Order: sequence, then C-alpha cells, then structure tokens
Amino acid sequence: MNIHEYQGKQLLSQYGVAVPLGKDCATAEDAKKIAEEFFKAGESMVVVKSQIHAGGRGKGTFKSGFKGGVKLCKTADDVYEKAKAMLGQVLVTKQTGEEGRLVSTLLVAGAPEIKKEFYCAVLLDRASSRPLMMVSVEGGVDIEEVAEKHPGKIIKETIDPAVGMMPYQARKLATALGLKGDLIASAAKLFLGVYKTWWECDASMVEINPLCIIVGKDGKEELVAVDAKIGLDDNALYRHKNIQAMRDLAEEAPLEIEASKFNLNYIKLDGSIACLVNGAGLAMATMDIIGHFGGSPANFLDVGGGASKEQVTAAFKIIVSDPNVKGILVNIFGGIMDCNVIATGIVAAVKETHLSIPLVVRLEGNNVVAGKKTLADSGVAIITGDSMADAAQKVVKAVGK
Amino acid sequence: MSILITPSTKVLVQGITGSFGARHAQLSIEYGSQIVAGVTPGKGGQVFEHAGKKVPIFDTVEEAAKQTGATVSAIFVPPPFAADAILEAVDAGLDLAVCITEGIPVNDMVKVKRAMIGKKTRLIGPNCPGVVTPGEGKDSHGGCRIGIAPGYIHKKGNIGVVSRSGTLTYEAVWQLTCRGVGQSTCVGIGGDPVNGTSHLDVIKMFNDDPETHGIIMIGEIGGSGEEEAAEWIKQNCKKPVAGFIAGATAPPGRRMGHAGAIVSGGKGTAAAKIAAFKDAGIGISVTPSEMADTLLQMMKR
Repeated sequence: MNIHEYQGKQLLSQYGVAVPLGKDCATAEDAKKIAEEFFKAGESMVVVKSQIHAGGRGKGTFKSGFKGGVKLCKTADDVYEKAKAMLGQVLVTKQTGEEGRLVSTLLVAGAPEIKKEFYCAVLLDRASSRPLMMVSVEGGVDIEEVAEKHPGKIIKETIDPAVGMMPYQARKLATALGLKGDLIASAAKLFLGVYKTWWECDASMVEINPLCIIVGKDGKEELVAVDAKIGLDDNALYRHKNIQAMRDLAEEAPLEIEASKFNLNYIKLDGSIACLVNGAGLAMATMDIIGHFGGSPANFLDVGGGASKEQVTAAFKIIVSDPNVKGILVNIFGGIMDCNVIATGIVAAVKETHLSIPLVVRLEGNNVVAGKKTLADSGVAIITGDSMADAAQKVVKAVGK
Repeated sequence: MSILITPSTKVLVQGITGSFGARHAQLSIEYGSQIVAGVTPGKGGQVFEHAGKKVPIFDTVEEAAKQTGATVSAIFVPPPFAADAILEAVDAGLDLAVCITEGIPVNDMVKVKRAMIGKKTRLIGPNCPGVVTPGEGKDSHGGCRIGIAPGYIHKKGNIGVVSRSGTLTYEAVWQLTCRGVGQSTCVGIGGDPVNGTSHLDVIKMFNDDPETHGIIMIGEIGGSGEEEAAEWIKQNCKKPVAGFIAGATAPPGRRMGHAGAIVSGGKGTAAAKIAAFKDAGIGISVTPSEMADTLLQMMKR
C-alpha cells in the first residue's frame, strides 16, 4: 500500500525526522487559513502540493491546462488561487499515465530556503535479506538515473536487523555526504528516524527526496525531509491500524478494489485479452504466453488455489467490465481443486454474465475429464485448449477476427 | 536418492488442527508419506486420525521431535504466528522446516533469517508449495510429500525441479510425467522476497545428487536469485538445466501476486534473467508450455 506525502511526513515526524511545517486540507479556504497561520509563524514562503500517489507532480499538468502540481507562494491569497486551480482537477504526470489522478487533498507547507539537496532511502536488500539505507549527494533528481550514470554517488549501508541501525552507521553516512560540525549529529538523528520509521511501520520503502539543508529561523543550518514517499508491506498492515486508516481508495483502480473484496488478486493492464488463472506464477506465465503469440493481456488475475464458484463468478464479472476486453482465456491447473467444480463455476458465470465475447478454457489436472465434459455439455460457446500454447493461440486468433 | 527428503523421512506438521494444515496432512497421509506428529499448542495429547492412521499431537515441536523422531516440519500456521513457528522448529534442531504460509510480514522474515545464522536447520519457503520426492507406487504413491502440491502428478525419476511458483511447478512436473519422465525431487522455494533457500542452494544439491540427471529451474521477475544461480551454473553445473522466467509482460512497480514478484528501479526484469540464463548455457523455454521439452531435447544431445 502507498500513502500520501503528508501522511508519510506524519509518520516520519513521529519517529523524530524533521519535516517542514505542514498541514493537509481539502478546500482552498482551508489552504488559505493554513498559509496565513504559517506566514504569521514566520515562514517567508509557502508551498502548495497536490497529494497523489505518483511522482513528477511539480512538472505535471492538470487536464484543465493549469501547469504544475506543486506551487511556491509568497502570499496567502496566492495560496488560495493555486489551491483553487488544483483541487478537484486531474493531474497528469509522467508516472500517472494519460488518465491522470484527481487531486482532492493538498499539503500546505513552509518552504524554507534550500541550501543543498540530498537523497536518502531505506529498502529491503533482497540479496542479503537485510534493510539497506542509501544516501546520495545527488538529491532532488531521479535516483534511478543517478544509479545508472554515477553508481559511485550512491552510498549504501546494510543494517543488521538484530541490533537495528547503529548511530555510527548514521554518522558514517553523514560524513560520506560531506557534512561537517553540528550537521553530522543532525543528519544522524534524521537517518536513525528514517530507519525507525521503515522498521516499525513495516514499510517496504521510505524515500526522502530531497533531503535538504535549510537555514533555520535561528540562522543555523539544519536538515529536513522536504518530500517523503512511503510504501508499506501489505502483509503487515494487520498490525498497524493507524496506517490502515491512511488507505486512499480513490488512488486505486476501481476494478482492483472490487477484486480485493473477493480475495482475488487482480491487476488491470491495457491489453484486450483477459485472463483468469490459478496461481501467481501461472497467471504471469499466461500473460506472457498471450504476449508471445501476438496478443496483449488485459489483466493479471490469480483466483488462488481454492477458488469457489462465487469467486469464479466475481472474477468473470470483473474482467468483463473492462471495456477493452475482447476475449477471455481461462487457464486452470487444478492440482488439488476438482476441475469439474471449476468447470461448473465457469459455465454458471458465463450464463450469469451473458458473456458475448470469445472464451477459451484450458483445464488440466484433477478430474479433468469430467470437467471437460461439463464444458462440452453446457451448451455454452466455449473453445477448449489442450495446452497453454494451444489455448493462447486460440484466444489470440479469436480476438483477432 | 533425492534431495532434502526421502520416502522414509519422518515429518511433523505445525498447525495440523487448522483447516488448511489438516487437509494437507490428510493428503500427505493418503500419498503414503510418514506424517508422524502434529503440533498445536494447547492440544497436546489429542490424536489426528485419518485413513486408519493415528498421528499424535504435541504442544511443542521439541517434544514432538523427541517422541517421534521427526526431522522435518511442514508449517501451516497463519501469518502472524509463522515466524515464531519457524524459529520453534529451528530451536528444536530439525533438519528442515518447510513453511507453506503465505502473507508473512517481510520484516518477520528478515528477523527469522538473521536468527537462523549458524543454526543447522534449513528453511524452505515461506509462501511455497513445499517439497515432493515421488515414490515408487501408482501415481508416485509412497513418496514424501511436504506441503500442498498434488501428489498424483508426480512420477519417480531423475529430473530435479526448482521454482518460485507453485502452479508453474505443477505445470512443469505434469509435462514431464505426461512424457513418461519422472522427477528426483521437486522444490518450491516460494514467492516471497525473503526466503530460506534460494534457487542456487537447490541447484547445488541437484548437482551433487547422483539420481538427478537434469534440472528445470523456474523463475520469475523480482530479485536476483535466478541470475545468481545462472552465474554458478555457468562455472560449475555438470548437468543440463532448462529454465523459464515468468513475468515478461508484467508492468514495472506492481507486485504480481507474489510479494517478491516485482520489477523495481529497473531491477529484476524477465529480460535480464533470461539473458543471464542464456549466458550460462541454460536452455530457455520460450513459453511455459515447453519447459519439459526444452530440457528433454538438451538431454538427448
């Protein structure tokens, strides 16, 4: 699960990470009020930031034509104008795809003068099965580009989960960034807080980009997390009620939300051949084989190892409600599941959904003969495939007609 | 021989009284596997009965192992308690713990993996179909089935299968069996980003097993376990290896069902894994329909 920047900063500040003064709001009036408060508190500049689960907001364009999902303002009236232009509008960035995302929340934050930008992230290093903190002097830019062009500019520190991140490791990273004097302690505190956020919230990633040196109100330099991106481990959400409450359904594809209600693992893609498969590996492989024979998959859908008739029906309803779908490939390896039960479920689902597009079914495994007979005797137009390759070729051909 | 388990391996089941654990304990008993004990805290002294077999239930793994001589555990406990269950099996000094549970928090596995350093127990999984060493009987009856794989699709023989995906393992095994070719051992290492045993660990075991003559390795997007195995195979493997990688058409940044199946930051792509396979001389099964044929053709040469 992903959360918004303002929610991420709330979590980070709970673990002692310094973030700029900020508050979320849903109306231009509130944005103005918050800005007035911040100006009164001594901020000389305030930034209005669209809250969507996608990067590239600053360089994005609203469908209304308004340019920029992140705007710096010098007055509260300007904040009101910019908030008005963003709220309720759809923002398109390089990460949203052309459909863009509706902006319904803004983060209004203090925008202190930035002296220098760094990068900091914690993620799981799969090779060592340990957490890894990465920092770089190349902040505020696309880190993947840095990794590709200047891999030496990314400094990594592996963390032993038995003891957690040690202060010396944080200081090591701080000095590697070239920090001196008081800023070393300030950075170390921040890095330890970022790690703690990652570990204690069961995050899959915490990314601070940029992490900035700013000039504080007392004239002293300090470090703050100016942006924050946090992804969370879905498997661990059960033990974080506060984070569950941060889920924003508006950021998720409606069909994916519907699928999750039936414990179906569905991911919408942009092709024309829907697939319904048991098992994640087989589901991926089914998409691949459709692609291999010249088709394009409309979705990933894993109905799991013990799919019920209700789940199969729900799965059919979900895949056919995608208007791009021109054909369906069902690929089931019924190892333990009874193929006849699945076949019965398919026939019922086809009848219930009044399916009018080509359906190719490949069944294999337990009680497959009875399953195939059920399909054949059903009176429903079903094309059967003998192998995955056969079924994939048939569905690609049927859709191509 | 086989790897990891043999038909005489004594197995205990952690979580035998849960519906999932019970169902698969029954299927393993029907397959002829030596299910000798169950463990459910608080239900010690009870008996799990199926098909005329009486399996004693214990409160702790230590007691179950001591009383029955079980050396391997099949773990079916729910995600919040799975890390604890794995470490209990490790503490009891078992040779092997096979964790089927799907949905364990990643950080729990990070801790488990750290705590297992220097311990004798090997962990397979989590989020895996388990391990099968097929038996001599009809439909491979009499083998050792640990986990959730359908037993009857197997056939005793000389091909090793290792995979991150359950259903793709079944697919490969069934393709082999339908062509009259049997398997030495089939190992599902699981679809999570942190797991106990890697592709490479299993490949090394197959390489050392005189009864394994050829290997099918099935991978998927995410991580670098396939590349690591390929690198080793290139230098060291004496046996033909055929491979398939799932996820070539998966969009980056999305988890494809398995927690570990994700392309992030341009890493872990199917293209990179397939290139590593090719470089290592691993036969590429272009579609999942050709996994067995790809290997069998290599073995004919």
